[in-house]
Amino acid sequence: MAARPGPPVLEFRGVTKAFGELEVLHGIDLEVAEHEAVAVIGASGSGKSTLLRCVDLLEEIDDGDIFLDGEVITDPSVDPVAVRRRLGLVFQAYNLFGHLTVLQNVLLGMVKAHGGDRDEAEPTARALLARLGLGGREDDHPDLLSGGQQQRVALARAFAARPRAMLLDEVTSALDPELVGEVLGAVRDLRDEGVTMLLATHEMSFAREVADRICFLHEGRILEVGPPEQVLEHPRRPETQRFLRRLLEAGRA
Amino acid sequence: MIAPRPPLDAAVVVADRRAERAAARRAKARRGQLIAATSTLVIGGALVALILTSPGWPEVRDTFLSVEVFRESFPDILRAFWLDVRVFLIVEVAVLILGLLVALTRTVDAPALFPLRILAVVYTDLFRGIPTILLVYLIGFGVPALALEGLPTEPVVLGGIALTLSYGAYVSEVYRAGLRSVHRGQRDAALAIGLTERQALRHVILPQAVRRVGPPLLNDFIALQKDVALIAIIGVAGEAFRVAQIQAASDFNYTPLIAAAMLYLAITIPLARLLDRWERGHGGRTR
Repeated sequence: MAARPGPPVLEFRGVTKAFGELEVLHGIDLEVAEHEAVAVIGASGSGKSTLLRCVDLLEEIDDGDIFLDGEVITDPSVDPVAVRRRLGLVFQAYNLFGHLTVLQNVLLGMVKAHGGDRDEAEPTARALLARLGLGGREDDHPDLLSGGQQQRVALARAFAARPRAMLLDEVTSALDPELVGEVLGAVRDLRDEGVTMLLATHEMSFAREVADRICFLHEGRILEVGPPEQVLEHPRRPETQRFLRRLLEAGRA
Repeated sequence: MIAPRPPLDAAVVVADRRAERAAARRAKARRGQLIAATSTLVIGGALVALILTSPGWPEVRDTFLSVEVFRESFPDILRAFWLDVRVFLIVEVAVLILGLLVALTRTVDAPALFPLRILAVVYTDLFRGIPTILLVYLIGFGVPALALEGLPTEPVVLGGIALTLSYGAYVSEVYRAGLRSVHRGQRDAALAIGLTERQALRHVILPQAVRRVGPPLLNDFIALQKDVALIAIIGVAGEAFRVAQIQAASDFNYTPLIAAAMLYLAITIPLARLLDRWERGHGGRTR
């Protein structure tokens, strides 16, 4: 591995977030280096989604700081729109724009948020869709597509403007089992290109394969971080062991 | 002992069963149609008989359904109806714009818009709460009474303003319901791709909201189209209902009112069918 070149792409320092009385994140410290993929695992309600939404400034954190390329982004003086334009967030439920075609879904941000010329952006968008196996579906509306196809459109939409980091929030959890593979393939593809990513997932086999490091989140705290083989095969904390055992029993590991 | 059936026989049996079921379905449908036709005839016939045998029928026939009077009055009423149509079209456009502005004001939570938001709430509460007919009276007679320079005094303009204010309040609520029905995830996704709040509203939320409220908006159009007749009460000359009223009063025959009613129906019924078709067409696409 090359020498570390500069600051991590993403860095969390003491990040704390509560919804009313309920503390969802409690003093999170984490770094994601350039070209690195970090998978956050943990039970439902452990705070995985909130963590990603906080990075994209869709939620405001209560304490601590998050840095993007060494700059603090969680300061109230920072323009959230400018930050979001440097990140790509993919949602569990795809959240595609139902009134737009597949192509328009991908183009909207490229043109309206990034000020691209529509005619110049279109070939790029088409190429990206083709690469994700969506060639020929450009003019369809999302409701005509399968869940797996919709999620790949969502990936294309988030990646279209080449963000500094991709944030993937349980991108396969809403899918039928036979459709999971095609979305994972698309993520793997981006990963192989060296895209920096932070992903929340339930798919242990996927986390093992794609992530450089796995981070176990439990009740808003990071209990364990390390390479997949260490966290998944030889978990140190009893909470991690229990979580993995339960997944194994449910046939998800 | 049961011998295994040859495959050809099995095919024949399957084909027979299929034909049998189809025949049964057809018979059931025929029976249904027969029952519907019979009951319509019986009930319809009873109603017609009831009216035709009523003691006052000959008089009603002469005062409401006189062919002669109809032929005489219809051209004038039809000409007058053109004014109704023009008022309807202008008010409708004004209502769509006013309603949208009020709905947006109430939806966007920029601190600078706070006074406007209060105004919008007061406006919808007030103008939805007052009967349209009362509003037409109040504005039609109240505004000229102020005797202020520059304010319109023409009854048709004042009537149009009253209708716009009344229907704008209803339509703003329809828009607002539409805006709120767009899932929050759409806004999140719009922000996530780097749009500003305003761009998210314009390019993502508003288009989906407007699509969804098409049918209820059309429903309000139909109501408005009828209520244009209300401007007759503040003395708008040449309005269809007013003309029919004058004609009816002149010879104590109400047939002109029936003629006017038919003209309103000629607009509202096609609109209602259009609404049905729209709702059916969009039923499947809710996302």
